[in-house]
Amino acid sequence: MTNLNRRSFLKATSGAIATSGLSFPFIANAKNKRVVVVGGGVGGLIAAKYIAKGDSSIEVTIVEPKAHHHTCFMSNEVIGGDRDISTIKFGYDNLASHGIKLVQDKATMIDAEAHKVMTAGGTTLEYDRCVVSPGISLKFSAIEGYSEEAAEIMPHSWIAGKQTALLRSQLESMDDGGLVVIAPPQNPFRCPPGPYERAAQIAHHLKQNKPKSKLLIIDAKDKFSKQGLFMQGYKDVYGEMIEWVAGADTGGGIKSVDTKTMTVSTDFDEHKVAVANIIPPQQAAKVAQDSGLADDSGWCPVDLGTFESKQHKDIHVIGDASIAKGMPKSGFAAGTQAKVCAASVVSLLQGKDAPTASYANACYSLIAPDYGISVVAVYALAEDRSEIKKLGGGLTPMDATAEARAREVQYAYSWFNNMTAEMFG
Amino acid sequence: MVTKFSLVILLLSILCISSASAEGASASMLADTCLGCHGPDGISQGPATPTISGMSELYIIGAMLAYKFGDDEDKVDEIIEADEDLIDVEYFARSSTVMDRIAQGYSVAEIKLLAKHFAEIPFENAEQPANADQAKAGAALHETHCEKCHENGGSSAEDDAGVLAGQWAPFLKYTLDDYNSGDREMPKKMKKQMQEAHESAGDDAMRDLIQFYASQQ
Repeated sequence: MTNLNRRSFLKATSGAIATSGLSFPFIANAKNKRVVVVGGGVGGLIAAKYIAKGDSSIEVTIVEPKAHHHTCFMSNEVIGGDRDISTIKFGYDNLASHGIKLVQDKATMIDAEAHKVMTAGGTTLEYDRCVVSPGISLKFSAIEGYSEEAAEIMPHSWIAGKQTALLRSQLESMDDGGLVVIAPPQNPFRCPPGPYERAAQIAHHLKQNKPKSKLLIIDAKDKFSKQGLFMQGYKDVYGEMIEWVAGADTGGGIKSVDTKTMTVSTDFDEHKVAVANIIPPQQAAKVAQDSGLADDSGWCPVDLGTFESKQHKDIHVIGDASIAKGMPKSGFAAGTQAKVCAASVVSLLQGKDAPTASYANACYSLIAPDYGISVVAVYALAEDRSEIKKLGGGLTPMDATAEARAREVQYAYSWFNNMTAEMFG
Repeated sequence: MVTKFSLVILLLSILCISSASAEGASASMLADTCLGCHGPDGISQGPATPTISGMSELYIIGAMLAYKFGDDEDKVDEIIEADEDLIDVEYFARSSTVMDRIAQGYSVAEIKLLAKHFAEIPFENAEQPANADQAKAGAALHETHCEKCHENGGSSAEDDAGVLAGQWAPFLKYTLDDYNSGDREMPKKMKKQMQEAHESAGDDAMRDLIQFYASQQ
């Protein structure tokens, strides 16, 4: 057998099959179905793994430019100082063991007509179905004076990695007594409770190291996710350190920034800041825009049962980039959408109907090392497919016991370990 | 006329029920929603969230009904009595952080599917440190007070009690704390054994039991 190369082996076996008159499906149907997954974040990784697991004959390829992924979840704990950034950094080494190919390159365009994904490196990948989970792009120009360059001075830290480390280092080096401003955007945006958890994590750092400092959340909105619980937590743990300013009180939040004078301005007032975390409005990532997957809203409309694009056939869009009406743009949501999408892709490629979907969300926010809160939901597709309908769930109760708050932190850490095991394991 | 009308209603409702069940999500589709928190294949990577695979089917159903219906025992009795699959389900109210909210999203039929799915996946012991001396003391306590219901050192699922061996230590601690504070209801037999364990080993009893279960790898 060792001297028999693959071709002569195939020749020998097919000869045997020809004489015995049996069919040999692997040879008769040599061309396997191909799925190309754009993006190696929560949605892309979980979709790829579940497609490969669902039908091992499907060739699954992930296109992702970065060699490592920094999770957005728990990046606020890095900013607050309780977690080292190395613990949110993951590699793609295990993909091969699931039979998934990784093309380390940036997908620039998906040609829906030709069923091809083009990359910046000049590679063309053909697909039978494409799963697009590219995340967000930031609309820097929505805030006057803000840009990718300005974000090197006033970080957004809304795509984890370097930007996370930058905000952390600014908080470490700022003087005691300075003002930190967080500017959350209008809805919809990635991780709705994220800015408010970040405020708590920054206050956690300030309280220990720069107790005379102050944190101002100058919001574009008039209300926000888990608001009652956050406001209660801020007061319980940080007293008067954190102040939240509603959009209505400023004409809609931060409108312009000046990185030279370190000032941020609303329609009514101006603030001299030590550190500014400017989180601009968002839309689906560039590749989704360029490939005609987004509508006028900047996000991608999809069939909510299969996540197939409403703009282009055989392309599915999941995660933050999609309009998953009824669900928040959370990491957990991206993962659950990925599983629904994967099951649909496998069934559709096998010529079957897509299965009935079930979805969930579980989202923890850490206000302090022993103070966690959460929102959870279980969903099903509405009968007319117009929304993903919440069947049950809800928020941590107000005034929960200290013990319950502490347990939620440990469950949040478990969530992190289990989510990242689903992605990178 | 009335009978004709009720017949139509009856037929309609039968149609509704059958079409709902035909279109319901599969066990694996439902189970996939649990894994983000409970880990790939329901085997938790810890540090606190429990592994849910390899538990007894009846135990999982009992737990989920307790989360879903809280202390509404009449409602649960009604459900159990109406379904012969559930006749051996034991029901004890239990407190939780998120599961009471999550359980609202699943029907009893879906809970049954989930329970069967996770019961069929083998349990895997958590890799965690344990204090050998305390584990030894805990082993003796377990043998005297717990083994009768939690068989094979707490590793059996066939006894339809919770699998304790190899479960994450913080979760075991939360659970025992809840039993001792009254936040979680105990079967009568267990209450008696817990009291005796406290009497024989004092404040260390719970700690030693936890270390015994955590030590099984």
